[in-house]
Amino acid sequence: MRPREPFKWMAVGTIWFWLVAFALLPNLLVFVASFLQRGSDEFVAFAFTLGNYQRLLDPLYLGLLLDSFWLAAITTILCLLLGYPFAYLLTRMTPRWRPLLLLLVIIPFWTSSLVRTYAMVIVLKANGLLNQILLGLGLIDEPLELLYTEPAVILGMLYALLPFMILPLYATLEKLDHRLIEAARDLGAGQFTIFRRIIVPLTLPGIIAGSILTFLPGLGMFYVADLLGGAKALLVGNLIRDQFLSARDWPFGAAVSVMLTVLMGVLLAAYYLSSRRASRGVMP
Amino acid sequence: MNESVSESVIELRNVSKAYGANTVLRNVSLQVQAGEFLTLLGPSGCGKTTILRLLAGFEKADGGEIAIGGQDMRTLPPEKRHVNTVFQSYALFPHLTVFENVAFGPRLQRVGGDALREQVMDALRMVKLEELARRKPGQLSGGQQQRVAIARAVVNRPQVLLLDEPLSALDYKLRKAMQLELKQLQRRLGITFVFVTHDQEEALSMSDRVAVMNAGCIEQLGTPRQIYEAPENLFVARFVGEINNLHGRIVAAAPPRYDIRLHDRVINLKSKWTFAEGDRVNVLIRPEDLRIWREHEGSDEERAKLFPARVEEVVYKGSTVDLIIRLDHGDLLSTTQFFNEEDLALMNLDFQVGERVFVDWVHDWETILPHED
Repeated sequence: MRPREPFKWMAVGTIWFWLVAFALLPNLLVFVASFLQRGSDEFVAFAFTLGNYQRLLDPLYLGLLLDSFWLAAITTILCLLLGYPFAYLLTRMTPRWRPLLLLLVIIPFWTSSLVRTYAMVIVLKANGLLNQILLGLGLIDEPLELLYTEPAVILGMLYALLPFMILPLYATLEKLDHRLIEAARDLGAGQFTIFRRIIVPLTLPGIIAGSILTFLPGLGMFYVADLLGGAKALLVGNLIRDQFLSARDWPFGAAVSVMLTVLMGVLLAAYYLSSRRASRGVMP
Repeated sequence: MNESVSESVIELRNVSKAYGANTVLRNVSLQVQAGEFLTLLGPSGCGKTTILRLLAGFEKADGGEIAIGGQDMRTLPPEKRHVNTVFQSYALFPHLTVFENVAFGPRLQRVGGDALREQVMDALRMVKLEELARRKPGQLSGGQQQRVAIARAVVNRPQVLLLDEPLSALDYKLRKAMQLELKQLQRRLGITFVFVTHDQEEALSMSDRVAVMNAGCIEQLGTPRQIYEAPENLFVARFVGEINNLHGRIVAAAPPRYDIRLHDRVINLKSKWTFAEGDRVNVLIRPEDLRIWREHEGSDEERAKLFPARVEEVVYKGSTVDLIIRLDHGDLLSTTQFFNEEDLALMNLDFQVGERVFVDWVHDWETILPHED
């Protein structure tokens, strides 16, 4: 085993360096900055304050945060409602069709989501594809005002985030032991009861994982809100970007970021607890 | 339906089933009486589990009729049948406690409150698991999980309980104990059991009747004794227990007695089959029915009727000694000798490999079947 030692140290060392330099340090910087004050000449002035966090409670920002949470929550629920049946059908497909359908889920990843959002603009705009089709079919007389509305933002986020919901759901649904469903039927359970009492509880880790993977990005996809929502819809992501780039208030932007990070931590902890409870054979 | 049919809880008539080109059941007919312990015994792929799944409703028959309690089952889904299954894998719900697993069926029957508690705890007491009601299945041993699976099924008081190789995952000792417990449970509850296994010892020790299956057909249906002592064909004879097969030819027929030539001697034996002179037959003898004589035993006159042989292998098994012997004309036989208190002083089971012995059996304990290979 001796000759392998240097390789092992290099591999582990590289990962450590990467995580410390590009994950831990930046996050620490953001964390420290969130307790500092805004500088007039420098980006930050080195004086401790909790004011940045107090500002989060300002009705102006609180309202924006709530709106953003609301948008992300709706997107997550829509993703779940669309993604769950899709993932379930995927597991029921014959082995011939399954890889093809999975590929269709993954293909959008090959293009930048920014580019795909621009494509959505082309579809949704006043003389865009969707309106032309609807006009052509005679279903509407004048173009619908689709772009720069809240539904457009939700649609854009739904489009961008749906695969993140489908894939973890597919992973847990695929592992679901079909014999448990037979056992439930044997005991007299109908379709709905089986779904509610067996399938949903056993796929809860996938539901939570998918929801985290859609909800958190759903708070931060500022370019979707910009391109599809115009000035009407603002996400937490827009707020953070504006604080750093336009308002030049780094400490406040950092405080909003820290809040998101903490939220993610809480959600991941919830996920960890739920998946531990759902897995078999774990002693309490 | 006529009188005789209404007594049977389960009625299969000419049931067939195929998966694509693979036929798993060929015109199987079977009746199971109320309160009976019936075992489907056979090698893997013989169709025994398919019968169970047809009864549970997880599979649909291609042809034939299936009735449970006089009711046609062909269109009734599993959740509507008064039948419960103990699965080979147990299939316990991992996210529910033992209590909730057992309560699953009663809850669906809208049993609640104290009645539910009582029913579930009664079922758990029956399998001696009331202490573990709050555990999750993952925290139980294999034997305990097995008991939960049984409790979860019998708590619903089904007309028929289906058991799909429920003991196959348990170790030898536990399996023995569970066999006894299952049999006692079945007697106490009076529920009809249909039990699937490939273990012939299990089938013989637990069942009222055994159906020996092979390649989608029932080869023989009868009590364990009938199956073991009077097999109706070579498959049943070979599958259930060990058996020695001597090839013979009928030299004189006076039904039910026949003179049969076995190598260089002619023996007069009884058979319920009808043979004609010149027919080839199989003479089947269980290892424990063979008697071994040593060189110094018996008179010359007695010995003249015995088959001379040599010991090829001696296998000490504790309560028995098994010998593999080769007859002088070539056939290999396996025999089981029990230790006998009277003979203990003589140490007469102290056989040597290569030793000269003589063999015969108590006539009429053998089974004679038409020749087949």
